[in-house]
Amino acid sequence: MKHKQILLAHGSGGSMMHDLIRDVFLPAFDNPLLRQGNDQAVFENPGGRIAFTTDSYVVQPIVFPGGTIGELAIHGTINDLAMGGAQPIGLSVGMILEEGLEMELLEDIVRRMKRAADDAGVPIVTGDTKVVERGSCDKIFINTSGIGIVPPDVHIDGASAKTGDAVLISGTIGDHGVAVMSERKGLRFETPVTSDSQALHRLVARMLEVTKDIHVLRDPTRGGVATTLNEIAVQSRCGIEIEEERLPVPPAVHGACDLLGLDPLYLANEGKLLAILPEQHADAVLAAMRETPEGADACRIGRVVADMPGIVRMKTGIGGTRIVNVLTGEMLPRIC
Amino acid sequence: MSIISSFRESSRAKPIIDRIHQRDTGPVSIMEFCGGHTVAIFRSGIRTVMPVHVQMISGPGCPVCVTSNGDLDRAVALAKTPGVILATYGDMLKVPGSEESLMQVKAQGYAVEIVYSTLDALALAEAHPDREIVFFAIGFETTSPAAAAAVLQARDRGLQNFSICSVMKLTIPGARALLSMGEVKVDAVIGPGHVSSIIGSDAWRFLPEEYGIPVAISGFETLDLLAATDALLRMIEAKQPDLVNTYSRIVKPGGNRKAWGAVQQVFELRAASWRGFGEIPESGLALREEFAAYDADRRFDIRVAPAPEHPACRCGEVLRGVALPPDCKVFGTACTPEHPLGPCMVSSEGSCAAYYHYQRQQR
Ligand code: SF4
Ligand code: SF4
Repeated sequence: MKHKQILLAHGSGGSMMHDLIRDVFLPAFDNPLLRQGNDQAVFENPGGRIAFTTDSYVVQPIVFPGGTIGELAIHGTINDLAMGGAQPIGLSVGMILEEGLEMELLEDIVRRMKRAADDAGVPIVTGDTKVVERGSCDKIFINTSGIGIVPPDVHIDGASAKTGDAVLISGTIGDHGVAVMSERKGLRFETPVTSDSQALHRLVARMLEVTKDIHVLRDPTRGGVATTLNEIAVQSRCGIEIEEERLPVPPAVHGACDLLGLDPLYLANEGKLLAILPEQHADAVLAAMRETPEGADACRIGRVVADMPGIVRMKTGIGGTRIVNVLTGEMLPRIC
Repeated sequence: MSIISSFRESSRAKPIIDRIHQRDTGPVSIMEFCGGHTVAIFRSGIRTVMPVHVQMISGPGCPVCVTSNGDLDRAVALAKTPGVILATYGDMLKVPGSEESLMQVKAQGYAVEIVYSTLDALALAEAHPDREIVFFAIGFETTSPAAAAAVLQARDRGLQNFSICSVMKLTIPGARALLSMGEVKVDAVIGPGHVSSIIGSDAWRFLPEEYGIPVAISGFETLDLLAATDALLRMIEAKQPDLVNTYSRIVKPGGNRKAWGAVQQVFELRAASWRGFGEIPESGLALREEFAAYDADRRFDIRVAPAPEHPACRCGEVLRGVALPPDCKVFGTACTPEHPLGPCMVSSEGSCAAYYHYQRQQR
């Protein structure tokens, strides 16, 4: 019989666990490799260099406007591979479920993961589930790992930004951060802001068709564009100058940030990438990005400079300059 | 998708900036009295587009920064009082007191809760009837109406376990104290926006009338601040100090009488101790006798030893506008937002934090 909630016995290794796998996970994630029911997935090595990554998702809230922890876990790991120029070939999913988790919620999350993986064309090839006592985790934690193949001649590295390079972003910033923040605070905006969670490997493939000579790719997730650019500036020992006027901030994000005292530069994005590449390729790559659904709003936001290595600065709207620092501590709404 | 860009801002800013450059004033120092303005000025890069003869300096405008070590120590002692939950704003947690910060106290297992408003603290009191909720209230005129409202609501609802430890301060006596000290040359003042929306722009008339200093009340947008700066320079140029309100969409001459009325109903004036200034008479808000039941100072017998400030910290001078953050030996080295030695590096509105985040090596 089907239970309405996750029970400790669902993780016991006994028949209830088999039921859970048979009734919830297998039908959703179904593919030939998974169906073999082995402890590991074995697949052909298509040759080339292999990229391997893992990430754990412990987000709160687990459901937010435009997505759930499930899509994030799929997209996030695909994107981590894609930021190395790799095309993903398989994912693993490990779940830690809290005793008492609503079965319906779990099924919904699993369905969404399946859809996200299908849409991305990346199979979930192996998985694991544990159930922990109430209070030992927050509803559901998901770990995903992924393997991908890096095409020859692609050498993307956070330390490779060079003076004169162009800095591109694949779309608007701040959407995911505002979506999560508004859910957390129970705020409703006139124009609802939804998460931008999406897989970026196809966009990356398209960019690499134009040129293999892309120096840096990074997805500005936690800490936002400001933090990611700072990391690159430090790794590459260069300065980065961005222009405030060029930052694509949707009006609804702008409005929400004003209201909450937040800065879109520090808000998480879950479906955007920053690309740093030689100026000579910038226009062609930008044009190619804009042809894709993921990169329709792509634009140029700045350039790599020689002075002030390790520091990101911004030309402000009125033509002034200021430093764009990393986020220190948590972003707290202002007191007044 | 339509994308916001500030191109409209830049095209509207250009003529104002040009005008600012043409004004024939000689060297001037313009002080802002509001932490919100400090941050907005840095973020927009206004300092970097000013002519060299126009210097912008920050005053004691951040409520976290001006909180004295003695008052902080009192909050720490309250948090350690059995049965008490101390509620306060997030920024307050990281400020080092003379021995420890509220964050360290919280880590030791004492109940310190972050709230976003006095009303959150009130809700906490309702949720924990068996505990004493003490709200450590910092802030200027802007936050005091909410504190007054909370006290009135607590009385209406008959809440027995809610009190306020008030270290709230008033900007006008602070500004007067700073100017009377005469340590720093202030030629013009950007008047605070939110504060003035409560007390009214007329409250600043004393600046031109008694001190001969022009004042412009400003909002927080870049264009507001540029317009206010231009208005100040115009008055200096014409040698006609006056009061200009460039934020009249929010700030009225008489302020918000209802909000301010509630403050006066609940609070009375008393001396308050300000970091960098010491005690300033009639510059603080204390609960009136009638509301003694909601006054943490009367409910709990808290005594703390006089508290020195950190020897290396020059926050006092920074707050008085006589030192710039980079003048401090430990700025950006021993003192950073991750490991602040003084409050000016903690608060998001603090001058040292603003310098660190937005300017660093540029002066
Ligand atoms: S409380 Fe408002 S007016 Fe006062 S310093 Fe903060 S932003 Fe400025
Ligand atoms: S840099 Fe740190 S120690 Fe120095 S004045 Fe600022 S806050 Fe105080």
